[in-house]
Amino acid sequence: MATDAVAFAGADASVQGQSLVPVPYVVRSLTRETADTVTLVLDPDHGGERPRFQPGQFNMLYVFGVGEAAISICGDLEQRDRLVHTVRSAGKISQALSEMPPGSTVGVRGPYGTGWPLDKAVGKDVVIVAGGLGLPPLRPAIYDLVRHRDRYGRIEIIYGARSPKDLVYYSEIQTWRARPGLRFQTTVDTAGRDWYGDVGLVTARLPDARFDPANTVAFLCGPEIMMRLTAQALETRGVPPAAIYVSLERNMKCAVGICGHCQFGPEFVCRDGPVFSYDEVRRFMTVREV
Amino acid sequence: MTKSHTTTGAPLFADHPFVQELPAPLVAAMGRVAVERTYATGDILLREGEPAREFLLVVSGKVALEAVMPARPRLTIQTVGPGEVVGWSWLTPPHRWRLDARAVKPTQAFAIDSDILRTLLDEDPANGYKFLLHLLPFIAQRLENTQFQLLDVHGD
Repeated sequence: MATDAVAFAGADASVQGQSLVPVPYVVRSLTRETADTVTLVLDPDHGGERPRFQPGQFNMLYVFGVGEAAISICGDLEQRDRLVHTVRSAGKISQALSEMPPGSTVGVRGPYGTGWPLDKAVGKDVVIVAGGLGLPPLRPAIYDLVRHRDRYGRIEIIYGARSPKDLVYYSEIQTWRARPGLRFQTTVDTAGRDWYGDVGLVTARLPDARFDPANTVAFLCGPEIMMRLTAQALETRGVPPAAIYVSLERNMKCAVGICGHCQFGPEFVCRDGPVFSYDEVRRFMTVREV
Repeated sequence: MTKSHTTTGAPLFADHPFVQELPAPLVAAMGRVAVERTYATGDILLREGEPAREFLLVVSGKVALEAVMPARPRLTIQTVGPGEVVGWSWLTPPHRWRLDARAVKPTQAFAIDSDILRTLLDEDPANGYKFLLHLLPFIAQRLENTQFQLLDVHGD
């Protein structure tokens, strides 16, 4: 038995108290969001409740015989009987996850990483900007903002996708839009004539967003270039870099900061992130080879 | 092109964000020739290939800029909203529109005859230069938009 933070003892293998052993979950349902994206609802195989998580954290999902992938948790904090993950089919593991029929078993370990600091947003305006599959990791935070609406100032959400058919959670977005005190703008890169919404970058929607820059917390998630451009636009408008948070994505393997696959400058994205203050990581976000 | 309503005189022209930092004499001259236009949803404001005879300043509503390709559905590449401008093909030969523009909401705009505007800018190169400096960010934004579409900024 190891005496330091790393312990390998068969089924109890852990690092700094975080288990490395997948726990079986059963696929309760699989909902198709877009042509290549599904939302999986998983039940603990052993019954009872799933572990608590913070919005923005991720799990490692293990498709037995195929492999393991880091997937953000995108369900409601308050629904303790299930785990929800939205997965885009982009490789062998995510494709296998996207095709799992209800009743099949998935290995889950986690939650891992840092979350969106909702506590720092209390009493402030909140700006959320998501691009592509950046909305799912922000959804637990949106649920919390909606549930505790009175804790926050203005809430502005901007979501960009490649095309209207690539927008996830479309019906839920309509529900959020109907809520008072929350503005949800969507925009796409290109669209056909059946789209009456905006076409253009998420940054082009920022001038319409109403918030007090000095008293705002911003959460950004999506392709890195989108987050960089949005962070720059927010900074130009007067939001302090320390109040802007980004969620980085890297090739995560161990999820507990020992393998080094997700190293980003001096940080391990799995352990020190994925949510970072822009202030912490901005200098690395423009380095060509990190 | 459908214009459901046209009136001369534009009492609010000087309030349009585009003209806020332009030289006052130029704004006054533009304001004298600006006409207010109202478009219903679905109206075509300008059509690719046709002579570019107007410069449009959007007051309210939303306009889709559409690329039209043979045997393919129309593609909206950008939407333009209040405070923004539509069209600069009138500035350079052959003075023909390179895209379609369609109202996707009831839209109000100020329209300035492009022959008159070009003459105003030609006759006063100093103010003409300031006008171009003001227009350039909109052109750059379109270019940037295209660049980021290629980079798949809203992708994975």
